[in-house]
Amino acid sequence: MPAPQINTFRVGKEIRVAKHPTEGEAPRDGLFPLAQGQLGHLRREGVLALAEDKVMSLSEAIDRLVQDGDCLYLAGFTHLIPYAAGHEIIRQGRRNLTLCRATPDLIYDQMIAAGCAKKVVFSWAGNPGVGLLRCFRRKVQAGEIEIEEYTHFGMVARLFAGATNLPFFPLRSITGSDLPEHNPNIRTVTCPYTGQALSVVPALNPDVAIIHAQRADRHGNAHIWGIIGEQREAAFAARKVILTCEEIVSSEVIRSDPNRTLIPGFLVDAVVEEPWGAHPSYAQGYYDRDNDFYFEWDRISRSEEMVRAWLDEWVYGVSNRQEYLARLGAEKILQLRVSSHFSVPANFGSRR
Amino acid sequence: MRYTSAEMMTIVAARRIKDGDRVFVGVGLPNLACNLARRLNAPNMQMIYESGVVGANPSRLPLSIGDPCLVTGAVCVCSMFEVFTFYLQKGLIDVGFLAAAQVDKYGNLNTTVIGEYHHPQVRLGGSGGACDIASLARQVLILLPHERRRLPERVDFITSPGFMSSRKERERLGLPGGGPAAVITDKGILEFDEEGEMVLVSIHPGVELEDVKANTGWDLKVSPQLTVTEPPTERELTVLRQEVDPEGIYFRR
Repeated sequence: MPAPQINTFRVGKEIRVAKHPTEGEAPRDGLFPLAQGQLGHLRREGVLALAEDKVMSLSEAIDRLVQDGDCLYLAGFTHLIPYAAGHEIIRQGRRNLTLCRATPDLIYDQMIAAGCAKKVVFSWAGNPGVGLLRCFRRKVQAGEIEIEEYTHFGMVARLFAGATNLPFFPLRSITGSDLPEHNPNIRTVTCPYTGQALSVVPALNPDVAIIHAQRADRHGNAHIWGIIGEQREAAFAARKVILTCEEIVSSEVIRSDPNRTLIPGFLVDAVVEEPWGAHPSYAQGYYDRDNDFYFEWDRISRSEEMVRAWLDEWVYGVSNRQEYLARLGAEKILQLRVSSHFSVPANFGSRR
Repeated sequence: MRYTSAEMMTIVAARRIKDGDRVFVGVGLPNLACNLARRLNAPNMQMIYESGVVGANPSRLPLSIGDPCLVTGAVCVCSMFEVFTFYLQKGLIDVGFLAAAQVDKYGNLNTTVIGEYHHPQVRLGGSGGACDIASLARQVLILLPHERRRLPERVDFITSPGFMSSRKERERLGLPGGGPAAVITDKGILEFDEEGEMVLVSIHPGVELEDVKANTGWDLKVSPQLTVTEPPTERELTVLRQEVDPEGIYFRR
């Protein structure tokens, strides 16, 4: 029997997880079938069958849940950026969106270039490690797009307030900066205990948050590891959540390591299995950042014509992510794949 | 060994980090300087990134502050909210290390716009975590090339507060962090006097004082104890070139 592996481009039907090193002799690949593991009772007792199956295609998820004029938060700080979902929004021609992200990154540069956005809410608009976001910058310099600007702390504090049902969040930053002069949503309150003046930012509650996870079950319970950025805050703050993931796994895999679950399924409205859905950003343990493309975009985005040609080829010219990947090619995919580096499993103990 | 002024600047910046410092590492050159310091004078420094990585131990030079190599082997990865609240706002960060497009006489930083905010000549990236780091770190080190347009008397836009117009003014604002400690350029090292104004305290070897003054946008104060910066050692240059930036990503050679 070929050894199936978690953390691969496509997982086989059989789900395997790392075995605890103290439980007898580990198989040579360090993995064992989970069905024989300790959580089999969940399936036998029907616990898993109660939850709703939310799996659908990306085009269906965007069609059902994202409307013109919506306020969106595509989460992920340099890591797990939901590019596949962003491209589907472009393909479906959504307009007048308010695009919120601490770091708009290339995905919002592309959505702005495609005419999806009327406003961008952000804290750092650059091409990480490369330079500037040229499409964004052209629109701002021409006065063709609204902006609302914070600091990183301000942005994540807005999400935290939104996620915890508070009207605003106080911070000991921003005071002294010129940002509040140009953003009336940054205000000041007097602390009722000390009398000190504190900057406050308003809660952010996007209509839809889109999160890309490494793995999730069919109900949307999602494991995320590596840089987690503002993904959990965005999911809890939003009215609706679309979850795309590298692979759908059984609920037993999720429940074998509950500390790794950042997003509980009951927040999630749609689950989409979209391998390589974060390319050209990266997915820790799955594939590396496509740095060549980040540099390439710097060149492409110098001219509006080249941007249009790129969108025609890579977004409008493909009908889904599979076609995008086929165009990307095996050589590139092999180049970006990473080798395995597992953490040591945590022992949760057993009472049976 | 011959060296470039950019290499000199990075090496001088790395020397400012003390072993054991908890350093909040900014985008660009600060990232390079910290990764150099960790291999030389500060093996026990803790590198903390706004992406939520604490105690990073990267095997190669991280290409951005969200590079996966920062995660592998780190002490902890937390959310951005946690890194800004538990670590930075709590006061656990000894040194905030920032780059900027412009820095003025009182150490105020601009990374937002050149020109008018709504119709800028040049739109830059914005604050990111810079304003938060400048407000909350115990001290701030600033790294930038020494050019007249980058060192104006007043920045076009205060993204991140230094001393505003004096140390007293910063104190009045109630910002918890200590403010800028030094500006390191490719021409010299500048610190801040009791009023919070920038003073040239050291000049790099081979740089003329007139050249520094001509490339500063106001009448720059010069310390009566002006020293000449120690030139890079062979070891510093070797580690920088062979270990930190072997592919010449930052320094084209």
